[in-house]
Amino acid sequence: MHPVRKQRLYLVLFIALFSSIAIGLVVYALRGNINLFYPPADVAAGLAPVGQPIRVGGMVLENSIDRAEDSLAIRFKLTDYEANVEVVYVGILPDLFAEGQGAVASGVLNEDGVLEATEILAKHDENYMPPEVTHALESSGYDEKGNAK
Amino acid sequence: MWPIFHKFGSPPWLYSISGAILRWLLPITLIALITGAIWGLLFTPAENVQGNSYRIIYIHVPAAVVALAGYYVMALAGAVSLIWRMKMADVAMKAAAPVGAAFTFIALFTGAVWGKPTWGTWWVWDARITSMLVLLFLYLGVVALYEAFDNKEAAGKACAVLSLVGMVNIPIIYKSVDWWYSLHQGASIKFTGETSIHSSMLYPLLLMIAAFYALFTCCLLLNMRAELLQREQRTQWVRKLIDKEVVN
Repeated sequence: MHPVRKQRLYLVLFIALFSSIAIGLVVYALRGNINLFYPPADVAAGLAPVGQPIRVGGMVLENSIDRAEDSLAIRFKLTDYEANVEVVYVGILPDLFAEGQGAVASGVLNEDGVLEATEILAKHDENYMPPEVTHALESSGYDEKGNAK
Repeated sequence: MWPIFHKFGSPPWLYSISGAILRWLLPITLIALITGAIWGLLFTPAENVQGNSYRIIYIHVPAAVVALAGYYVMALAGAVSLIWRMKMADVAMKAAAPVGAAFTFIALFTGAVWGKPTWGTWWVWDARITSMLVLLFLYLGVVALYEAFDNKEAAGKACAVLSLVGMVNIPIIYKSVDWWYSLHQGASIKFTGETSIHSSMLYPLLLMIAAFYALFTCCLLLNMRAELLQREQRTQWVRKLIDKEVVN
């Protein structure tokens, strides 16, 4: 290769390498801030600030939803199967909100460790299944990977 | 290898070969897009949790995949034009930027439309969505930077450096859902490990991804041809081409 071109090739590699390192360091320094939400385990460990707007995300614990009969108030637990966080919320829920599904609640953690949510978002996973397949799998007692439940 | 490389440096050769490619690639792209869209929208089952709203995957995922791949095309063309001072690579880089921006916008827009019925919000500042917005700004930045220079050679160099620096964003976008807690779900189609989309839904998706790659190639070539004609408007071969068009 022509020496001038070789020099320019090294310049290009230098730009690519050092911009990657620089941005890599920025991303590493901000790693905590880039997370959209705290998992319940972090909240239980006291890593989430009290009295400030935060988000907590996890699965809606089975049999934990408690709806008020005369209003839109709801109380449920978010879990990451290590710890639970209790959430209270008044308002409209997304269609996909259900027990055993993922959800992200934004609100303020009070002194009792209960999240007073102002917004609930549903989180869905990367599995896409037709309903018939899901039902067939449920009745057979195997999950989609062929493992017995 | 080198003779081909030198041929790529010749505008009339590139113009005629791209015309020949487009003559069969454009119809194939159209057929694949229409087939994939009809298959995905009408002949796949509804999803167990999301119902019918998941069908926007057939636009959203292909657009996002091609937006990321298109950035590598732009950055590599920029690197080639920096190192070998190849004019045609500069044309390719300049032509790729608006096309990539369009695909990124489609991915962001369809993502917002999909997010409203499933997540319950149009927009959330999570890592995947924010880094995708940065990608849109990078593409638009290259377009704007090119126009900001009077000297086109300086413009090409500046844009090549910008696209090279921005390349670091692509693996960040790709891995963002694994590295951080985000609302966006993880990848369903994986290079390693099992794909978590049922095959009845996967095949039309793969067809649509292939169709979007072809669509990107068509848009890129058409854009490059327009740019070539504009740059070479005073040369013999363009004049001959125009004379032929006028006679016909």
